[in-house]
Amino acid sequence: MTGVLLRRLLQSVLVLFAMSLLVFVGVYAIGNPVDILVNPNADQQDIARAIAELGLDRPLHEQYLRFLAGALSGDLGRSFATGAPAMELILERMPATLELACVSMLIAVVLGIPLGLLAGLRPKSRAARAIMAGSIVGFSLPTFWVGLMLIMVFSVWLGWLPPTGRGDTVPLLGIEVSFLTPDGLAHLALPAINLALFNLALLVRLVRAGTREALAQDYVRYARAKGLPESRVIGVHVLKNIMVPVVTVAGLELGSVIAFAVVTETLFAWPGMGKLLIDSINQLDRPVIVAYVLLVVLMFVLINLAVDLVYSLLDPRVRRGGARA
Amino acid sequence: MSARTTAWRETAADFAGSRGALAAAITFAIVVAAAVFAPWLSPQNPYDLAQLDILDSKLPPGSPSSAGFTFLLGSDEQGRDMWSAMLHGLRISLGVGVASTALALTLGTAAGLAAAWRGGWVDALLMRVVDLQLSFPAILVALVLLAVLGQGIDKVVVALVTVQWAYYARTVRASALVEVQRGYIEAARCLALPGLRIVLRHLLPNCLPPLMVVATVQVAHAIALEATLSFLGLGMPATSPSLGLLIANGHAHLLSGKYWISVYPGIALLVTLVAINLAGDRLRDVLDPRGTP
Repeated sequence: MTGVLLRRLLQSVLVLFAMSLLVFVGVYAIGNPVDILVNPNADQQDIARAIAELGLDRPLHEQYLRFLAGALSGDLGRSFATGAPAMELILERMPATLELACVSMLIAVVLGIPLGLLAGLRPKSRAARAIMAGSIVGFSLPTFWVGLMLIMVFSVWLGWLPPTGRGDTVPLLGIEVSFLTPDGLAHLALPAINLALFNLALLVRLVRAGTREALAQDYVRYARAKGLPESRVIGVHVLKNIMVPVVTVAGLELGSVIAFAVVTETLFAWPGMGKLLIDSINQLDRPVIVAYVLLVVLMFVLINLAVDLVYSLLDPRVRRGGARA
Repeated sequence: MSARTTAWRETAADFAGSRGALAAAITFAIVVAAAVFAPWLSPQNPYDLAQLDILDSKLPPGSPSSAGFTFLLGSDEQGRDMWSAMLHGLRISLGVGVASTALALTLGTAAGLAAAWRGGWVDALLMRVVDLQLSFPAILVALVLLAVLGQGIDKVVVALVTVQWAYYARTVRASALVEVQRGYIEAARCLALPGLRIVLRHLLPNCLPPLMVVATVQVAHAIALEATLSFLGLGMPATSPSLGLLIANGHAHLLSGKYWISVYPGIALLVTLVAINLAGDRLRDVLDPRGTP
């Protein structure tokens, strides 16, 4: 176990290092770094000062070490647009994104598991066919298009839910959240559903496949032969065994939900860090872009690491034998 | 040669055995035809500003234009005929999707074959890069690339190729590793044929079926991703509006009830994606009978 842990930790550090190198090369070395890092409205004097300040007259490896040292201490420069430290801006917007991501993941899990179970237990029924058709649609439609349709139907035609913004928020443990106020909840509904649809479709398919596989196993037949009530057979023997892949996928998908939040947040004007990224790209606010990329990469590496570790805790085969070495 | 022709014919017959897949393939053919013949099917050149009249701005479907024809699907903010804009947008979306898929296919196949054929450190290095890239969602990688590179059709293609090649590399390597063990490769080696010839003439043709399945689905992914990037304002420049950009232009007017600017390009995008996905599904069943249904 310790060996697996150490190897995975080392891999994660290597990935982070490689990504920092790529981001550095992308932003600092390709093209003219002055164009990228210095405000385009700056005059000649400002540019000269910035070059000295950023150490752009130094050799490349020295510049990289400076960049790395800054990144490790959380200093990634100041936003051109607001003058605030880039990292602070991102962290300020992070709770909104995390709230949206967690709520949408919750919707996907709470709806996806029972629907997938239903489709797996009675694969020939009309309900199962409808669920599977729905999941194919959920897979093929681009997120932004579904979101637009949600706005058109529920905001413009029916007028039930607000199309943009976050609504009223209340502090919970020092963080502003929307889901505890009626107005915030109404604002949260459409973006969260929009973001949930893809994972809902994914979980339905996963749970359905897992259920069908588990039903054919000897332990289920044995449990039934013992005379256990059907609810216990399904609830314990089937469900418990399909939880390992479900937990893994749900965990890994949390990362992709954060990535796709960029689209949903832009569409619904949700003030999260994804919308900040798009705004920053449109304003050429490079320090904020770099800060976003490094932070999200860090989150991804941590999520992947956590999922791998949970997986090896849940599944003894992974734990014992470096099967995935 | 004739054996190969028969195999293709059988595959085609198998494919057409499903009515849904046949309908999807025909729909896709119509979409492609509409894109190719866009200039002859549209009453207006949507890129020629001289043909646009600002007085025609945001007219609902069926309104007459000042130039005399009818706005079948309405007009946008600049008085552009949505039907014409949609056909031309389809052209750009399909073109970018197909071009980037073809490039990524070539690049990924080369990498996958090299990894399987050479093995050792080449394999290890290439596959670590593939693993690393596939651990991040495509949209994120493409977003970051475009943030660094800037807007433009060539940059979009670069971004799409970058996010796609790894899928092909992994697919080709997996099937090539199996094929390398087969007798015919050993026979070719015994004949002391040059390595490149064995890889291209013997190994590659036998790795093609799974590759074709991945490529079909990836064309749909590429089109959807390009539409998403353009919708976010990071993909196509305003001078060559793809479907995604047309939908984005209508986004602002959706709230005031002018649905047609976004909805019709959206439907075109939808029909294209669903047709490709359905056809790809059938192709997988036909080419890979062992695959899960």
